[in-house]
Amino acid sequence: MSISENQMDKNHANTYRRKFLAQSAAVAGLAIAPGIVLNQVAHAKSDADKASSANRWGMLIDTNKCNKGCTDCVTACKTENAWGAGETHSSKEQQAQWIRKVTITDKQTGHVQSLPLMCQHCETAPCVDVCPTGASMKREDGIVQVDKHTCIGCRYCMMACPYKARSFVHEKIELQKPTAPRGIGTVESCNMCAHRVDQGQDPACVEACSKAEHGAMIFGDLKDANSAISKELKKHGGKQIRADLGLNTGVRYQGL
Amino acid sequence: MMSFRQFAKHLVILVGLTALPMLSNAGELGPVPPKAKMKASDKTECVEPVGVMRKNHMEFLLHKRDETMREGVRTKKHSLAECIDCHVTPNNKGQFARFGDDKHFCSSCHNFAAVNVDCFDCHSDLPEDAAKKLRSKKNPHQNMTEGGK
Repeated sequence: MSISENQMDKNHANTYRRKFLAQSAAVAGLAIAPGIVLNQVAHAKSDADKASSANRWGMLIDTNKCNKGCTDCVTACKTENAWGAGETHSSKEQQAQWIRKVTITDKQTGHVQSLPLMCQHCETAPCVDVCPTGASMKREDGIVQVDKHTCIGCRYCMMACPYKARSFVHEKIELQKPTAPRGIGTVESCNMCAHRVDQGQDPACVEACSKAEHGAMIFGDLKDANSAISKELKKHGGKQIRADLGLNTGVRYQGL
Repeated sequence: MMSFRQFAKHLVILVGLTALPMLSNAGELGPVPPKAKMKASDKTECVEPVGVMRKNHMEFLLHKRDETMREGVRTKKHSLAECIDCHVTPNNKGQFARFGDDKHFCSSCHNFAAVNVDCFDCHSDLPEDAAKKLRSKKNPHQNMTEGGK
């Protein structure tokens, strides 16, 4: 074989280079592989699973179907989370409020609309931004809530919220529900019944509205194109309250 | 300078006086937590061995609360609600002790050790079925239809 030494070295280098590249690619592939989920099958979350960003929970409320005098959603929330009773020393403004009915009258036309207003579970929630301790938090699946272990009761989130969704607990609370701990000196708000959502159920307000057959509220996964809420939103759209703030709320309204 | 007899007499009196508080607690060397519901048996232990729980229950609770609150993990092991469910039991008259009372499972030890815990500022100190009964008795205005603004 009359291959010059130079040639042989080059061949050696090529072989070596080839091997090196192949090995690097293999290592890189192995490193990235666990992070790539090629196909995610939709399934109900089990107790041991963490909330995942593959979901984004949202609500759609049709104000045309919402009756001015009806407070089924508010009552259901009160029963589910054990608020709204017993705060005997607080004024009306101080009392807890997770959801409320709001009546809007158009000055020009005289058109009256009624809608339930709760935490809007914004994508870029101002309450989360301002919280000094990180108690006001957004879960991976979009639910915004207060971690009362960390809350110091400064109420900055209450100031920041454009929807007045949050309340401060002024009085000692007793006999809380195990799924809705609430205590004096902390701030609280609608958490979209995270404990129910994690079991694959609807929030209490939505369930009450459906049971009473008003049909004004839909709950579902905004990231799932096949969910009832996504289909309805695609078909008829849904407005955010204070859309000018650009918060990308999880709760949308029709008929506004 | 006192005699040995005098000294011995003083010593006996001194020891006798210091022993008095111990005599009043005769037979009890520490807190007596009430018995749990019979979920654990000789064959199945409780969540963790007793010694492990005594020493580390706070760590378990602190870790679990973040898992549940922030990540949505709702397994029953180390869950505070499960602890309460099993350990807070009624007496033979069907009455429940409340937190702060020596007969409540948590305060039986915490009162003795004089360690303050604020868990029950926000969490119920009773199992849910007991709390449910008390809730409706306590507040006749439970189902108000107006609330807040």
